[in-house]
Amino acid sequence: MPEPLDERGEHLLRELAPQVLGAVIRRFHDFADAEDAVQEALVAAAVQWPEQGVPDNPRAWLIQVASRRMTDHVRSEMARRHRETVAAMQVEQLVAAPVIENETDQDDTLILLFMCCHPALTTSSAIALTLRAVGGLTTAEIANAFLVPEATMAQRISRAKQSIKASGVPFSLPTNEERAQRLRAVLHVLYLIFNEGYTSSAGPELQRLELSHEAIRLTRAVHNLLPDDGEVAGLLALMLLTDARRAARTGPDGELIPLTKQDRTLWDRKEISEGITLITAALRTEWIGAYQLQAAIAAVHDEAARAEDTDWPQILALYELLKRMSDNPMVMLNHAIATAMVHGPSAGLELLRALDADGRLAGHHRLDAVRAHLLEMAGDHEAAIAHYRTAAGRTTSLPERNYLVTQAARLRERNAAEEGENL
Amino acid sequence: MKYILMMNCPKTGYDSFGAWPKKDIQSHIAFMQGLNKELRESGELVSAEGLADPKQAKLVRAGKDGTPITDGVFPEAKEYLAGYWIVDVESPEQAYAIAARASAAPGPGGKPINMPIEVRQVMSGPPEEFS
Repeated sequence: MPEPLDERGEHLLRELAPQVLGAVIRRFHDFADAEDAVQEALVAAAVQWPEQGVPDNPRAWLIQVASRRMTDHVRSEMARRHRETVAAMQVEQLVAAPVIENETDQDDTLILLFMCCHPALTTSSAIALTLRAVGGLTTAEIANAFLVPEATMAQRISRAKQSIKASGVPFSLPTNEERAQRLRAVLHVLYLIFNEGYTSSAGPELQRLELSHEAIRLTRAVHNLLPDDGEVAGLLALMLLTDARRAARTGPDGELIPLTKQDRTLWDRKEISEGITLITAALRTEWIGAYQLQAAIAAVHDEAARAEDTDWPQILALYELLKRMSDNPMVMLNHAIATAMVHGPSAGLELLRALDADGRLAGHHRLDAVRAHLLEMAGDHEAAIAHYRTAAGRTTSLPERNYLVTQAARLRERNAAEEGENL
Repeated sequence: MKYILMMNCPKTGYDSFGAWPKKDIQSHIAFMQGLNKELRESGELVSAEGLADPKQAKLVRAGKDGTPITDGVFPEAKEYLAGYWIVDVESPEQAYAIAARASAAPGPGGKPINMPIEVRQVMSGPPEEFS
C-alpha cells in the first residue's frame, strides 16, 4: 500500500482545490463535470504524490490531470453521441491548449462559495457541496463527518450540482446588489459547518473529521479575500474564540462542562488572542453585524481568568445591541441569562415570562433549561429540579440530556442532605 | 436531523403476509425496494433493514455470572418491529411524509395497508453552545 499523503500535502491539496476547480470550469464551462474531474485529480494526487514527490507546480499538475479527465469524458460523450471526427479534433485542440494561468484564482474561490451556498439549495446540500468543491474533501470524508453512508452523501452532492446546473447560475461573481445577501448565505453555511464540527466533538466522535477546523480554514480564506468586511472578520473571530474552549468543554467521559465550570487553563491562548485581535479591528468598521457582536460576547467570556471575573454588565450591553438587531428568540433567552447575572435571577425570570408569551420557544428544551438554572440561582430548588427534568425530556442531544438529568439529581441530593442536617 | 421510522406489525403479520397472493407479495416488495432506492438517490437514506420473523426472536438477559439466558418472546406482546428506516432530513415534516409513504405500501389486492409507522428522532451530538 502506498504511503498516505502527509499533512502538509493534504493541506496543499485542499488549498489548491477551489483554484483548480475554477480554472477547469473556465475552460470547460461545466460546473458539475468539472467538479467530478477535480475530485478525481485530487484523489490521483493523494495516491501519486507520496510515491513520486510533489510536482514543481502542483496547481498546474492538478489542472492538467483534471482537464485530461474532462477531455476523456467529453470525448466519450461525443463518441457516444455523434462520432464526428471534426468535433473530436476540436477536443484535441482543447487538450493541447496550454494551462491557462489566469489571474482570477482569488475570485474563483469566492465565486465557488457563492455557487455552493446558492439559496436554491437546501442547507444540507449547500454544506456538502461547499466542503467538496471549495474545501477539497472527498465524499467519503464528508459522509463520515455527517455519519451517513457514502452513497447517500454522493447522491446529495450530485443532486446539489444538478440544482445548480438547472438554476443556470453563471460562473461569475453576483452583482453588487445581490452580493451582500449572497454573502450572508455563505457565512451562514460556514457557521453551520463550524457548529456541526464543534458540537459533535465529544467522546467517541472525536475521530470525526475536524469540521470546525475546516470551517475556520474556509472562513479565513474568505477573510483574506474580503479583509474589510466586518462580518466575515466577526465570524472568523467567533469561530476562533469558541473553538479555543474546545478542550475544556467536555470531561473524560464526553460529558458536557458548562462555561462557568470549565478549566480555563485548557483554553487555547493562541486562538483567543487571534480572535480578540480580529474582533477588536472588526468592531471599528462602520457597520456592525450579528457575528461581530457574538464574537465580542465570546471575547468577553474568554478574557475572564475565572468565571467570577466575567464582565457581565458588558455582556448584557452587547446582548441589548444584538436584541435590537435581530428578532431571534435564542438571543432573547441569552439576554435573560445576562440580565440575571447582572440584576439577579428574578429579573431574568421576568424576561423568561415575556418569552413564554412570545410562544416561539414553546416546548423548546433551552427555555426549560435556562428557567431551571435561574430558579436554582433564586434558591427555588424544587421548581429547578422539575424544569431540569422537563428540559431533559425535550432535548434531542444525548450529552445534553445526560447533563440535565445530572443537574436535577445533584439538586435533589443536595436538598436531601440539607433536610438531613435540619433534623 | 435523523429520524427512525419503525414499521410495526401485529403478531400475526408475518404469517398473513406469507398467505398473500404472489402478485401482491411481489408488488409489496417492489414498492419497498423502490422506496429505498428513491431515498438513497435523494440523499436521505442512512439505513433501512427488515427484520426476520419474530418466531425466531429471543429475549436475552444476563445471568448471575453474565452468561446469556434466552427466552422466547413474551406471548403477550401484540406488535413486533418488522423493519425500520433511518433517514437524514431537514425537518420532522419530511420524516412524516416518508413515513406516510411507507405506511401506504400496497397490501392484498394492491390496496394501501396504512400500517402505523412510529417516527422518533435520533439523538445527536452535543447541543450548539454559541453566544
